[in-house]
Amino acid sequence: MIDISKLVYRYKAVPVLNVEAFRLASNDHAAVVGPSGCGKSTLLHLLAGVLTPQAGHLQIGGINIQDLTPRATDAWRGKTIGFLPQRLALVPSLTVAENLLLSSYANGQRADKGRAEALLRTLGLSDKAASYPHQLSGGQKQRVAIARAVFNRPKLLLADEPTANLDDVACEAVIRLLTEQANEVGASLIVATHDARVLAALPQATVLRLPASNHHALGVGHE
Amino acid sequence: MNNISLALKSLRFKPLATTLNIILMAVGIAMMTFVLSASRQLEDGAMRDAQGIDLVVGAKGSPLQLILSSIYQVDVPTGNIPLATQALLAQNRMVKKVIPLALGDSYEGFRIVGTNPDYITHYEGELAQGKLFDLPMQVVFGAKAAARTGATVGATFVGSHGLSRGGEVHKNAPYTVVGLLKPTGTVLDRLVLTPVDSVWKVHEVVNGIDVNDKEEKEAMDADRELTALLVQYSSPLATVTMPRYINSQTDLQAAQPALEAAKLFRLLGVGVDVMRGIALIVLLSAALSMFVALYNALEERKTDLAILRTLGAPPIKLFSLLLIEGLLLAMAGALAGWLLGHAAVEVLGHALSDDQNMTLSGWIVTPDELWLLAVAAVVGFTAAFIPAIRAYRTDIATTLAH
Repeated sequence: MIDISKLVYRYKAVPVLNVEAFRLASNDHAAVVGPSGCGKSTLLHLLAGVLTPQAGHLQIGGINIQDLTPRATDAWRGKTIGFLPQRLALVPSLTVAENLLLSSYANGQRADKGRAEALLRTLGLSDKAASYPHQLSGGQKQRVAIARAVFNRPKLLLADEPTANLDDVACEAVIRLLTEQANEVGASLIVATHDARVLAALPQATVLRLPASNHHALGVGHE
Repeated sequence: MNNISLALKSLRFKPLATTLNIILMAVGIAMMTFVLSASRQLEDGAMRDAQGIDLVVGAKGSPLQLILSSIYQVDVPTGNIPLATQALLAQNRMVKKVIPLALGDSYEGFRIVGTNPDYITHYEGELAQGKLFDLPMQVVFGAKAAARTGATVGATFVGSHGLSRGGEVHKNAPYTVVGLLKPTGTVLDRLVLTPVDSVWKVHEVVNGIDVNDKEEKEAMDADRELTALLVQYSSPLATVTMPRYINSQTDLQAAQPALEAAKLFRLLGVGVDVMRGIALIVLLSAALSMFVALYNALEERKTDLAILRTLGAPPIKLFSLLLIEGLLLAMAGALAGWLLGHAAVEVLGHALSDDQNMTLSGWIVTPDELWLLAVAAVVGFTAAFIPAIRAYRTDIATTLAH
């Protein structure tokens, strides 16, 4: 699924991320770990085609992302990537169901209402379909965000610090939900985290450890 | 879900800002609509009333006053002219038609105009009921005058002296209504028409002269006067020679309706321009307010936009989303303002209809008003363009990581 070698990303000429080699087979899951500011988010953004590396090789599902035009990258991202940002970023003006349908809209597809209903049922949120994000609890919001990330049946599900600020029970539940949903749609799950509990909850996962970046320690980095 | 429904939902999410912007836009467009519609209708009305009248001949004084009093029937006349003038003009071969006007009295605020049937024909007046006058003291009512006074065929009434209400009543000379006219949309609608002789007769009685005495009548005929003459040329050449010819007659003045109306609208035009200027300022502040609202909202919505990008939306989609929001705001304001403007014209029309001098309707839509749609679109586009550019440039990585 993923094949990385000698991947370099610099921000304003300052190296932020340096990955010598990393491979992940389809349907396998991975955890990207390391201290705060080591470039975990940057790696996820590179995998999502949001950032472009300055050097190295990055192949996802047999496609070299760097070779795609910006337009093609957007289309590819819509089809291939499910992204769960650290901030859940539900759109406040839209209902739960509409937040899910945003995935269809962004992709330029017809709204797949059946898919939204099915996902909400699976996540136990059927009765919240018409609620607005501010009417939900933190856990419910997280489930909606996960549902939106897997809505388009991505090949690669990327989660950025999904367990920050969660207690042990919630932490385990979120990781379980993410793996379940990834397995359900046949996606590889990659979790960026500095939370040791995540590794415990993902015993099968390939682990990529990123070293602390000196530049980040100096506060000039970009994450 | 599409751009429009998404834009609508996001506008609905901020009801206060949205309402404020729509109101600002609506006020600007309402003023524009009002100015456009009212000035157009007044101009059209003025054109219709002056249609086919090349020259007005009356007593010396202000030419504008002469036009106002004898064509639009609003101002007081400049004075009287000898009856012989009519024959003098009628003989001229450059003159196709001469219509006499004798003013002096009114009925319930509506002017009683002494004239001949040519005047009615000139404005294409048609009878709704009864017949045209053929004897003195018979009158035909214009549609509006009839409706307002409740005049019916066969009824009699007395006129009051002077052109405004409350004048002395001519008790001894009652008029008989013989006909009612259909509405024409011209000055005719608010007049009471009678043969010129009626006007003379009414005032003879007042002056205590016996019309039946042959000698006295002859002596008086020489003194007969008219208020003004409406002249239509038979040749365009007359435009050059006629006014000069008449103005050289010591007691006469010739005024050209086209010239005087143009002068009048130049004067009114200042007011119209001022109002248009104010409307423009309001629209400009609407654009500015919309820009500020969209721009500030963008800060809060950066994450929403970044999320749309991670879900596969290309930047152009975010650009059009913001642009559509601006256009929707502007169009909603324009629609509300357009309705408001027409309502204002209608209200003014009702207020003025008591004054009888102008007819304004909120139900008349001119093609010019399509321009307002373009103006609104430009305002919406201008206000939304910079926020849309910013949306287009949303940096996903930076936005989501912080």
